[in-house]
Amino acid sequence: MSAASTVGFGDLHILAVDDSSVDRKLIERLLRSSPFRVTIVDSVKKALELLGSLHTPKVDMIITDYSMPEMTGYDLLKRVKACSALREIPVVIVSSDNIPQRITRCLEDGAEEFLLKPLRQPDLSRLYNLMLRNNNRH
Amino acid sequence: MEARLLQRELMELTARVLEEGVLDKQFLEIQTLRDEDNPNFPAEVVALFFEDAQKLINELTKALQQGQNYVDFGKIGADAHQLKGSSASVGAKRITDLCIAFRGFCDQLNVEGCCGCLQQLHYEFSLTKNKLESIFKLEKQILAGGGMLPGM
Repeated sequence: MSAASTVGFGDLHILAVDDSSVDRKLIERLLRSSPFRVTIVDSVKKALELLGSLHTPKVDMIITDYSMPEMTGYDLLKRVKACSALREIPVVIVSSDNIPQRITRCLEDGAEEFLLKPLRQPDLSRLYNLMLRNNNRH
Repeated sequence: MEARLLQRELMELTARVLEEGVLDKQFLEIQTLRDEDNPNFPAEVVALFFEDAQKLINELTKALQQGQNYVDFGKIGADAHQLKGSSASVGAKRITDLCIAFRGFCDQLNVEGCCGCLQQLHYEFSLTKNKLESIFKLEKQILAGGGMLPGM
């Protein structure tokens, strides 16, 4: 990791999406020890509203649960990748089910990573490094 | 002195519940997320789990009381999936395993199988809740006595 990063840590913004209150609390706690700005929502609908709003600071990574009522994390992935303003945002999908076909489909359709729940600190540390690398590329 | 005895009791209780498979390693992971800024984190996340689980078990109970031909397997499968997720996140292993079995019965449209699982879920939920409450009670006593908890 380069010490001469052009982007301040606090400028990077993670958007997390999960309909489970338990998992939202967990990810909030895990992300609290990160230097990044964090927004957590409980539905894909709310995530899309945020992503579409001019008031929302630019999102640098989306971490989304796969299985959610109404729209799934996969639906969110497709929407983000289909939108020119959003498609560069890395989308990480998280699931408690280890279904190979699901994992393949998500990765083939543009997911940056597919992680299994429960999430742990090392998973997030990897994602932070990814974010920092992506932002140094410009 | 008192704190030392309580710490020993806590260690033994924790070891027992892990051995019995009531809780698994994920519960220990949750304990490591406690720090000065979040001293009650484990109890808080577990409280959320109890709330969520109680609601879901109530929903499952209601749905299965509808009578053989009116069970909405889509809905109860989704509820069981949710309960599976939240129980796995806090390490409530027996509940997670029951949810997996429950979903299997849903896939087979097997009402009796679901009812059997649900009965066990009621039991395991009470048991897990009691064990966790005992663990947190001991932790509180240890802290009140000036002792330290694992992970702090």
